[in-house]
Amino acid sequence: MSRIFSFHGGIHPPENKKQSLGADIRLAPIPTQLILPLQQHIGKAALPCVTIGERVLKGQKIAEANGRISSSLHAPSSGIVTYIGPQPVPHASGLESDCIVIDTDGLDEWTALSPILDYQSMNKMDLINHIRDLGIAGLGGAGFPTDVKLHLGDDHIVNTLIINAAECEPYITADDALMRERSDEVLAGIEIIAHLLKPSHILIGIEDNKPQAIKALDHALRTSTLNIDICVVPTKYPSGGEKQLIQLLTGIEVPSGSIPADIGIVCQNVGTTAAIYRAIFKGEPLISRVVTLTGYALGHRQNYEALIGTPFTTLLEAAEVNRKALFRLVMGGPMMGISVNDERIPVIKTTNCIIAATKDEMPPAQPAQPCIRCGMCEQVCPASLLPQQLFWFAQGREFEKAKHHNLFDCIECGACAYVCPSNIPLVQHYRFAKSEIRTEEFEQQKASHARIRFEARQARLEREAAEKELRRKERAEAAAKQQAERKLAEAAPKEVSTDEEKATQLKQLKTAASVARTKLKKANDALKNAREKGLEGIDKLEATILLLEQKANEAQQAWIDAGGEQN
Amino acid sequence: MALIHLSSPHVSKANSTARVMRLVLLATLPAVLALTFFFGWGSLIQIFLACTFALIFEACALYLRQRSLRFFLSDGSALVTALLLALAIPPMAPWWITAVGMFSAIVIAKHLYGGLGQNPFNPAMVAYALLLISFPVEMTQWNAPFVLIGDSWQALPSLSQTLAIIFNSSQALALDAYTGATPLEVLKHKGSLTTEEIWRSSDVLNQGVFAWYGVSAAWLMGGIFLIYRKIMTWHAPLSMLVTLFILASLFYGGDPSNFADPFVHLGVGATMMGAFFIATDPVSGATSNKGKVVFGIGLGILIYVIRTWGNYPDAVAFAVLLMNLSAPFIDQYTQPRSYGHKHSSPTRGGHR
Repeated sequence: MSRIFSFHGGIHPPENKKQSLGADIRLAPIPTQLILPLQQHIGKAALPCVTIGERVLKGQKIAEANGRISSSLHAPSSGIVTYIGPQPVPHASGLESDCIVIDTDGLDEWTALSPILDYQSMNKMDLINHIRDLGIAGLGGAGFPTDVKLHLGDDHIVNTLIINAAECEPYITADDALMRERSDEVLAGIEIIAHLLKPSHILIGIEDNKPQAIKALDHALRTSTLNIDICVVPTKYPSGGEKQLIQLLTGIEVPSGSIPADIGIVCQNVGTTAAIYRAIFKGEPLISRVVTLTGYALGHRQNYEALIGTPFTTLLEAAEVNRKALFRLVMGGPMMGISVNDERIPVIKTTNCIIAATKDEMPPAQPAQPCIRCGMCEQVCPASLLPQQLFWFAQGREFEKAKHHNLFDCIECGACAYVCPSNIPLVQHYRFAKSEIRTEEFEQQKASHARIRFEARQARLEREAAEKELRRKERAEAAAKQQAERKLAEAAPKEVSTDEEKATQLKQLKTAASVARTKLKKANDALKNAREKGLEGIDKLEATILLLEQKANEAQQAWIDAGGEQN
Repeated sequence: MALIHLSSPHVSKANSTARVMRLVLLATLPAVLALTFFFGWGSLIQIFLACTFALIFEACALYLRQRSLRFFLSDGSALVTALLLALAIPPMAPWWITAVGMFSAIVIAKHLYGGLGQNPFNPAMVAYALLLISFPVEMTQWNAPFVLIGDSWQALPSLSQTLAIIFNSSQALALDAYTGATPLEVLKHKGSLTTEEIWRSSDVLNQGVFAWYGVSAAWLMGGIFLIYRKIMTWHAPLSMLVTLFILASLFYGGDPSNFADPFVHLGVGATMMGAFFIATDPVSGATSNKGKVVFGIGLGILIYVIRTWGNYPDAVAFAVLLMNLSAPFIDQYTQPRSYGHKHSSPTRGGHR
């Protein structure tokens, strides 16, 4: 047994786990319609590879991973694709997102699967691609594509593989039930991960409130040749937070701004290991998962094996929901889950729990009182932040200070808001501050881009102006030179020797004379017009005409002198 | 039924500011009993007066500030201030001392700065310091504990006599009959006598001091209760008491004839009350655990310095106010080291 460390803070909310552990995992019914969001994971949304009207088989790929950090999607049951477009999805924003909708035919007809029985002799890259191809993503919280975590660069050497089985959020028992009933699958999955990452230690972090799961794991481990430690940690929220569990099991803190792999640690959720087992040994893509259905608005509180894409309605009805008592519907745990105001939204890869709470169970928040800086939040913060200071900064929009107080190390676990005697919704304030800072940084980035563009444009304009100036100077010099030459030529007209040159000169003079005449004529017309209408400025026009007459005469004379009359 | 849509967390601990304040009020109970036992009805009457004035002033201030009366009156914070001031002033002080004190605590020190949670100074200590400076005679007339007057607490003035004294009626006995110096005053004005001599010659010290020790023990009990209930942490009280003890030991060890022994410093005056009920005031104190330790150390030093070389016999109120002034500064330099950071990152003066 390895040593267990501790992390700062933490809370002990009522566990509420017993309610859903009375019965074994039950198979949820196949709904008439499956709704599959293209984005169920961190990274880019998948690209659909089926068309509306197409019949798909259970396990058939319906959307392709797009880019390195992305995950593909498979049909959880056979049926016809009837719609591809926006639908309500489980997201904190409550907004809609693109989904593939399948009307199931009830046949549940499988596509051909390709299990790998002897994975150890297989090329590692092919194995990872197989996992990627079957859409395996983290089943714990964020839904990070699993293949990315299994395929680390050469600069990452994995010392420790941590299997996160803490399940610290109240109410949720999905992992607990999975470990009790399928510990061999969990272990096989761990062996596959260990084969890929070759860690020197494997630690399973599990809270001491799951004695049966610990026993089951212990039993399964007896057959394993790997050196796996089951680390039982005291029940304290949020011990299942990735950073907190790493600290509990290794005593090491993940440096701010780094990922665990940077310090040689990889964490995988226990549910993910079972999914990896199924992907390799059965060739099954990730099309179902264990979901805890709990809360006092339900008649049957227990764990269900539900198809991804099953609308909450189907599950709630299977669990005999009392709609009159239903007050708040939460996906995930009570501490970090998101509340859902539309029953039609589907189960996705990260849906570990659905809480149908009554009003007594999760009453509406009390009105917030002023902060008295009592510091209870500070005592429970697992990131050792100063929550009350962050609150003041967020409220006063002093975002720079909030950043200096390490706002971005906040994991939004909600422990501070849980203990706050003034009922201040602290996490909301931090989310607000974070999004404001991100927006500000984005704006700054945009502004700096705009500045760079503006400066480039300015430089280009200056360069062009300089070039223009240079050309103008050159032209002026050339003209001056020409004029000097011409003067020279005028001084010695005989020099105009060739006929051609003479003709050109004549032509020029003729044009000048005719231009002068036209100008004179126009001026005369204008004068006439002005006289007829009695306009002002006649004297000026008359003076101009005199000048023009003189110029026209001169031009005429020059042309004649040059021998123009002959033409 | 329309489902409620809120952001996480969806549950919270059954806790409220009012509950915190109730527990603090409850924790003062031993001290109330001890003061009443040793010094008579005065404290109870002062508590009643102070609470009444506090609620009246709080209600007026809230009304003028156009805040919800019911919402803010029910938080109990005004009552905590009232109780602490009532237990800090002499039990036989005239009623208007309490009135003036509560006005300056609630209206000036609290609401003029923005109400609950916004006051930079501890309201009860602002009031105490103001009263002590403005009305030194009334504020130093502590009646003697019964151990100096008779065999039992029956030797103390009766309830009606106490009421007459506090409301300054014509039937009142001369207060002088009951008042005496406090141990700290005796020690302060010991003149050329050594500590040992004054200790032997003064009844207040060799007999009366046990009354003061009793009251201090009561405060200590209440404080331990609050720490046990996690209403506050041990950091500020412990560091304050340890600092005071160490300083007193150093000077006493160096020159026992001129300095009081460390247990006297811990056991008399407002030391215990200050450590557990004033230094732990979250609003006006330092924030982080490290900050609270610094805050407590500062208090310990100031209390010893002012008591020993200052003009006033006790020093808790002045020390608290001075440390309240420094709290924002302490906060800047005592940020805890966050998870994943090598060092704590104090927002230095240069930082924007």
